[in-house]
Amino acid sequence: MYLVVEQLLNGLQFGLLLFLLAAGLTLVFGIMDFVNLAHGSLYMMGAYFAATFVAWTGSFVLGALMALGATLLLGIALEYVALRHLYGRDHLDQVLATFGLILFFNDAVRLIWGPAGLALPLPTWLTVPVQIIPGVYYPAYRLMIIAVALAVAAMLYLVVMRTRVGMLIRAGASNREMIGALGINIKLLFTLVFGLGAALAGLAGLMQAPILTVQIGMGENILILAFVIIVIGGIGSIRGAFMAAIFVGIIDTMGRAFLPDLLRKVLSGAAASTAAPALSSMLIYLLMAIILVLRPEGLFPAAKR
Amino acid sequence: MKKAFWLAGAMALALAQPATAADSVKIGFVSTFSGPTAVIGNDMRNSFELALDHLGRKIDGKPVEVIYEDDQQKPDVGKQKTEKLVQSDKVDFIVGYIWSNVLLASLKTAVDSKTFLISANAGPSQLAGELCSPYVFSTSWQNDQTPAAMGLYMNQKGVKSVFLIGPNYAAGKDMLAGVKSTFKGEVVGEEYTVWPSQLDFSAELTKARNSRAESIFVFYPGAAGVQFLNQYAQAGIKAQIPLYTAFTVDELSLPLQKDNAIGIPGAQEWVNDLPNAENKKFVEDYRKKYPGLRPTYYGAQAYDAAQLINSAVVAVKGDLTKKDAMKAEMEKANFKSLRGPFKYGNNHIPIQNFYLQDVVKDTDGQLSLKTVATIVKDDQDKFHDKCSMK
Repeated sequence: MYLVVEQLLNGLQFGLLLFLLAAGLTLVFGIMDFVNLAHGSLYMMGAYFAATFVAWTGSFVLGALMALGATLLLGIALEYVALRHLYGRDHLDQVLATFGLILFFNDAVRLIWGPAGLALPLPTWLTVPVQIIPGVYYPAYRLMIIAVALAVAAMLYLVVMRTRVGMLIRAGASNREMIGALGINIKLLFTLVFGLGAALAGLAGLMQAPILTVQIGMGENILILAFVIIVIGGIGSIRGAFMAAIFVGIIDTMGRAFLPDLLRKVLSGAAASTAAPALSSMLIYLLMAIILVLRPEGLFPAAKR
Repeated sequence: MKKAFWLAGAMALALAQPATAADSVKIGFVSTFSGPTAVIGNDMRNSFELALDHLGRKIDGKPVEVIYEDDQQKPDVGKQKTEKLVQSDKVDFIVGYIWSNVLLASLKTAVDSKTFLISANAGPSQLAGELCSPYVFSTSWQNDQTPAAMGLYMNQKGVKSVFLIGPNYAAGKDMLAGVKSTFKGEVVGEEYTVWPSQLDFSAELTKARNSRAESIFVFYPGAAGVQFLNQYAQAGIKAQIPLYTAFTVDELSLPLQKDNAIGIPGAQEWVNDLPNAENKKFVEDYRKKYPGLRPTYYGAQAYDAAQLINSAVVAVKGDLTKKDAMKAEMEKANFKSLRGPFKYGNNHIPIQNFYLQDVVKDTDGQLSLKTVATIVKDDQDKFHDKCSMK
């Protein structure tokens, strides 16, 4: 029983982390109709910035905040210098250009920080396990990821649903030409949205960094999952991204945790051990395929006119 | 039509090139030089280059040409690069291979062309058994040997039960099988993770803790080892269940693992402090040539590969067509290995000692690895009976 609780928490934590990455991607894709493969590079840059600033300042929180600001600025600069020239082009051009950016960022990181990767150590108060219910311990840092990601999700919801900027973002998502025609500075809005997306990706990267290592190409595998999530959730929908991310996180973790034991009941030990990891990593793609068949627009599609 | 004409002309020219005259020794080197595990490939290249320096950049008076190829840690890419080295570069030796799955994919190409292949790391069980070949040598080990030594050490420590975790590919399966072959206690659980993409081990760690096992054994080479130790410590399991490892803590991962690696034992056939003259010179010169870096067992094995090639070429006085004589010479392991003297088994896998290594702070205050004890002497892999070479 405790095992299930703990694994659910693992799934929730993974899902919320994916949400931070997917939220930025779905905003940019849904509102600007822009396919940004370099989103994973911003995730990587967030982690590298954090590792650097934490080492400079000696404080995890301060360094993380500085890294967040730096990724936001980097996102805005990237949009201003390169990406805004691509909005009018078709998706293939965007994919090619942002794929080029992935290579650019990977080599830039190799030049600046070297090929070996960095470590982002946690302060001691975050390395202790916490007793959540009697007999169940959970890493404090993973609990913090859950708390921070939930807070960010709530803030994002308030900004998008309750503020004027949020209204413009929603309006942009359902009809871009119209809000342009109404005299809204759509260029500025796009720059802001892209910066926000970059900061969210950076936040995901820097929070993941102490669990994994900070290394070149760390954003590439996880970006695929983020795309799966926005397809499942409905492109442009933050609520969809939130629900889908938690689904994917829990399904992935539960699959890894319980599938091997289930398979061992039907198959021989060796065959089950080999098949289980492969099968459990397929589960989320299976989920995506089913959703694409049943609801091609995603679970919670953004309102379209 | 015109294009076809030019193409034919170009092909004729290519064919007209004289078959590699034996005025140089051509070596192909396949390893990982991009992505997160590029640091391993770089260490192997550094050590191989150092070996060539020590040989005066010449083998039996001939200049040496090394062609480095990046396998990107992918079996299909490794196979293509091996084909390129064999078919278009026509190399005399192929060296390298970190990953067992890459080596298994590339093996046939080398063996069919009768090009000598020297594995400087990967040691899949198939290579030691049914796929053994007169043209293939290892300067490392068979995968099962190192974890089997760890299993013996766990018996010495009186460990009663273990939970095994490893990556789901050729080497991961060999490694866990290796521990199981010697460990006398109970194996309460066995988990394989998706390789190399899975980097979050929370589900596996949770299961290990709930299994009430007395110990955990893992095999996670490269960056994955850093991530595993991070998560093992963060989950508070380090204080509860001791960890035993193979190929998880090395000089490349230590600067990132830091204190998380303290107190975590590993087994290895080479440690930087092994007391022979060649090894002392190797470690000293490596640190001089590549400031800030420290050599690893990957590098030591690549260094030995260069020495093995040298011994074979010198024995045939530079006549690289005498393959049988070269093979016979290499079987003698007639060179000064950094791990100390060893013999080859019938399957061309070393019969060698395995040591227990521990993490300590050295005189510079840096974390480094130290030999604590010899776990097993003259260990031979358990697949040599399945090899058709006698």
